[in-house]
Amino acid sequence: MPRFAVSIHVVPRKGLLDPQGKAVADALHSLGFGAVHDARIGRHIVLDVESDSADGARAQAKAMCEKLLANPVTEDFEIAAVAGS
Amino acid sequence: MSLTFGIVTFPGSNCDVDAYHAVVDALGERAVTLWHADHDLQGADVIILPGGFSYGDALRAGAIARFSPIMREVVAHAERGAPVVGFCNGFQVLCEAHLLPGALMRNAESRFICDWVHLRVEGTNAPMFLSGYATGQVLRIPIAHGEGRFVADDETLDRLEAEGRVAFRYCDATGAVTPASNVNGASRAIAGITNAAGNVLGMMPHPERAVEPLLGSVDGLPLFQSLLARTGA
Repeated sequence: MPRFAVSIHVVPRKGLLDPQGKAVADALHSLGFGAVHDARIGRHIVLDVESDSADGARAQAKAMCEKLLANPVTEDFEIAAVAGS
Repeated sequence: MSLTFGIVTFPGSNCDVDAYHAVVDALGERAVTLWHADHDLQGADVIILPGGFSYGDALRAGAIARFSPIMREVVAHAERGAPVVGFCNGFQVLCEAHLLPGALMRNAESRFICDWVHLRVEGTNAPMFLSGYATGQVLRIPIAHGEGRFVADDETLDRLEAEGRVAFRYCDATGAVTPASNVNGASRAIAGITNAAGNVLGMMPHPERAVEPLLGSVDGLPLFQSLLARTGA
């Protein structure tokens, strides 16, 4: 069975206060990066997954996000890349 | 007829002994300790999910504990209408397990807060846990959390309020809910909620640490006594 590198980004939902992101945005402003309007800090999860196809690996990752990897109340996820490993 | 409390210990729980002390020494009832890998509630009438850092808060607080073997039995217990209560990390586990709506996010000011707070008793749908209090009563109870900011969408918050499911709100010593008294920035200053049936309670504060004068407050004890009164034990 082929294996795929699945890359998942989980970020706090826009509009919800993200104190970590706010602290980072404030720090960037104090360093002179005034162009930054907003920062949100999330997680980057990299999985090594067996699947018969890239689409299959992506579908598995979506199910994992919905069940465990992301909180549907507060977070959004994006399955960023699927490539054969 | 006495009541048996089942206190769940997940790897990383650290308030299970406090809960045991509250039940056995302060309340005078029986408690059994339940390991997260168990499949048996050992005949417990009331389940307590204690505070702590289950599974080191890996991924999100409560996210992994929710899938512990014992949680299948805890969910079944709740679905039978039997009492389940989560304090602090236990509240986070109950939300992750979808026994309660919403989620707990990092405190608005980022800091871990370990302090005494005031709570206003509000819930009207859960006499099982709250009959020992008067509605509007102000309690002094400690908190100790970094991720205790209750968050839910407006529709859920409206429903919780309309159904009398907001059990406690953060307030000041006079019972007024102000921006300053909402210590962690929770939506609508919510400190604890119940499920629709009124048999599942989750709260960030620690009533189990306020059960005798030596601890600085006895305001947590009526919560446990309410359970006794309800079951006629």
